[in-house]
Amino acid sequence: MNNDKPVTLFVQCLVDTLYPEVGQAMVHLFDKLGIPVVIPLDQTCCGQPAFNSGYRREARTAAKRFIKIFETSDIIVCPSGSCVDMVKHQYPGLFSDDSPWQNRAKAVSKKIFELTQYLVDVLQIEDVGARFNGKVTYHDSCHLSRNLGVAYQPRKLIANVRDIQLIEMKDAEKCCGFGGTFSVKYPDISSAILEEKVDNIVASGADAVVGCDVSCLMNIQGMLNRRNSSVKALHIVQILAG
Amino acid sequence: MSEIKTEFYKENAAKAIKDPVLQNALSDVQHRLGPATALAYKNLPEGVELRQKAHEIRQFAINHLDILLETLVQKIRDRGGKVYFARDAADATAYCLKIARKNQIKMVVKGKSMVTEEIGLNSVLETNQVEVNETDLGEYIIQLAGETPSHIIAPAIHKTRKEVAQLFKEKLDIPYCEDPPVLTQAARKALREKFLAADMGLSGCNLACAETGHITTVSNEGNIRMSTTMPKIHMAFMGMERVVARLEDHDSLFRLLSRGAAAQNMAGYVSYIGGPRTKDQLDGPDQFHLVILDNGRSRILADPEFREILLCIRCAACLNVCPAYGKIGGHSYGYPYSGPIGAVITPLFVGINRAKDLCCGEPLCGACKEACPVDIDLPRMLLALRAKLADGDPQWGVTRANPMEKIAFQIWSFLIRNRRVYDLALRAGSMIQSLLPKKNGMIPYLPFVFKGWTQSRDIKPLAKTSFLTQWKNREQRP
Repeated sequence: MNNDKPVTLFVQCLVDTLYPEVGQAMVHLFDKLGIPVVIPLDQTCCGQPAFNSGYRREARTAAKRFIKIFETSDIIVCPSGSCVDMVKHQYPGLFSDDSPWQNRAKAVSKKIFELTQYLVDVLQIEDVGARFNGKVTYHDSCHLSRNLGVAYQPRKLIANVRDIQLIEMKDAEKCCGFGGTFSVKYPDISSAILEEKVDNIVASGADAVVGCDVSCLMNIQGMLNRRNSSVKALHIVQILAG
Repeated sequence: MSEIKTEFYKENAAKAIKDPVLQNALSDVQHRLGPATALAYKNLPEGVELRQKAHEIRQFAINHLDILLETLVQKIRDRGGKVYFARDAADATAYCLKIARKNQIKMVVKGKSMVTEEIGLNSVLETNQVEVNETDLGEYIIQLAGETPSHIIAPAIHKTRKEVAQLFKEKLDIPYCEDPPVLTQAARKALREKFLAADMGLSGCNLACAETGHITTVSNEGNIRMSTTMPKIHMAFMGMERVVARLEDHDSLFRLLSRGAAAQNMAGYVSYIGGPRTKDQLDGPDQFHLVILDNGRSRILADPEFREILLCIRCAACLNVCPAYGKIGGHSYGYPYSGPIGAVITPLFVGINRAKDLCCGEPLCGACKEACPVDIDLPRMLLALRAKLADGDPQWGVTRANPMEKIAFQIWSFLIRNRRVYDLALRAGSMIQSLLPKKNGMIPYLPFVFKGWTQSRDIKPLAKTSFLTQWKNREQRP
C-alpha cells in the first residue's frame, strides 16, 4: 500500500451537500492508505441531472466547468459510478460539434475512476485493513455495473473487511428506481421499483445495504426510513474507512 | 392505424401498479425469461460477442436497405409473388382489403404479428365484414377477451389461468376448467375449424433475406405455418427494415432472436417463404402477397441519431429486464410496442410530444441494452428524445415540453457555475428546510414539484456544513 501518487477527488454534489460524512470517510481511507489527496474547492456538479433530463446546453456548461477544474490532475477519483460514467462516456459526445472541447473532454475522461475501481483495478488493493461488525448486502448501481463494468471490485473489498458478513440479496443488479428527476416526475413507477428493491434488501437479513452511489442509497434510505426499518444504507467507503 | 393512448402513460401505469394479478404475472415473466436469456447468450458457442456481430449485420442491412429490398422484391416477383410497398397504415390496410374483396374473402386466419397491430389491420377487416381469427394461443385469448397485446411476444401474460378458464367457458362453450392442457386442446379444436375454413392467411415477417429472396416466420405453436400454407392466399406484412443481406447473417440473427425472445436455441417452427406454391408443390397458397410497410420508418432512417432503432428484430428481450415495464406492463405504453423498444420507437411513430412520458418515464438503468440481442443502445436514444423535448426540435416538429423545467435547469446551471453563489444557495436551502417537519432526522414531506419524492420515501436534509466547506475550514486551520 505504498502508493503515494496523489489523487484529485471529485466528491460528487450529493456527497458534498447531503452526505459530507461520506466525503470525510473517503479522505480518511486515503489517509490510511498513505495516498495524498487534492480536493479542488470550487467543484460543484458534473451536469448529469441536466443531461439525463435532456438539457444538454446546461449540461455542457457544467461539463466545461468540470473540465477546466480537473484537467490539470493526473488521476481523478469519485465515489459515484454514475458521475464517473457521465464524465467518461457522455462528456465527449456532448461536444460532438466542438472539437477543441471534445479533445479536452476525452483527455479528462481517460483520467477519471470510480473509487472501488481505482483501488482494485489500478492500485490492486483488495484489502484496505478495515473492520466492520455486521451483516451487509451489496446493491449494484446501474451505471457502475453496466456502463463501467464494476461489480466484482466492491464485493472483493467488502469480503476482505474483518468481521463482516456479505449476503447477496435477490436481484442485487436490478435498478432501485432512482433515475434522477424520474423519481420526482414519475413517483408511482419509481416507488414501485424501489418497493421491490427494499423488500429484497430486508429479506436478505442484512443489517446494512452497501452501495457505491449515494444517489441510489439516498433513494433506498428514504424508503427504509419511511418504513421505520432498522436496516441502514451505507456508502462502501464508510465501511472501508472503518 | 392502431389507437394511440400514449398520453395516459402515468394514469395507466398507476392503475397497473395497483393490480396484484398483473404484478405477479410481470414478476413471473421477468424472473423466468430475463436471467434465462442472459444465460442463453453466455452459452452461445461464439459467446456474447455474437450480439455485437449481429449489430454490425443489422447496421449493414439498414445502411443498404434500398439495395436489399430491391433484391428481395425482385426474387419474390420472379417466383410469382406480389409485392406492395405501403406508405402508411391506411395504405397497407387498404391493399389488404382490396385483395380480400377481389377474392371474395369472408374469413382469415392470422399468425401473430406486431406490425399488423401497428396498422390496426384487424379492425379494418372486421368493419368490412371479414372475420379475423388470431391463431397464436396468446393472441387468440386476448382476441376473445376483446383486448390488445401487453407484451410483444407473450401477448396475454396479463391474463391468469382462471380468467382464461372463464373466458373459454363463455366463448367456446366448454365446462369451466383451469387445466392448461384442457384449455389448450379446446383452443386447438376451435382453431382447427378456422384453419380449414379460412380463405386467406395473414402473417408478419420476423426477418427477410435478400440473398435468397424469402421471408421467415417463427412460432412455437405451428400456427403460423398453418396460417400461411392452408388458405389459398397468404399475405405477409413486414416493416421495411426487417431484411438482412445474406442467409448466413439471417441464421445468426435467428439464433439470437430465439434466445432473446424465449431463451430458446431455436423457435419450434421456422418457415422460409419465398412465393406462392409452385406447380410441383402439393401444399401452399396459390397467391402470395408481401406488404412492405414504411409508416414512418423512412423518416427514422433519415436521422442518424435514431437510425439505430431500425436494427430491432422485436424479440422483446428488453421488456423482460426493464424495471419500468416490470411494474407497469405493456398496456401503459398506449401503443402496440411496449417496454424500452416502445419507449423509443413509439414517440418516433406517433409524435415525440404526444409520447413524451414514454421518453422520460423510465430510470435509464441500461438493462435493455445489455439484454438486446443486437446490442441496440436504447438508453442513448431515450436521452436523445429527452433532449428534443427539453429544447424543442424543428426537424421532428417537437415543441419544448416543459418550459418551467427549462427555467429550473437554467437557474441550476447558474448556481453551479460559481462556488460562492452555490454555497449561498445551499445556505438558503438549509434555512428553508429547517421549516419542514423531520422524522428520525429525515424530511418526510417536500412541497411543490418535489412532493413526488416524498410520496413513498423520506429524504436526508442538506448538511449544515457542506463537505467542501468542512474541507476548506480544515485546510485553513494552522
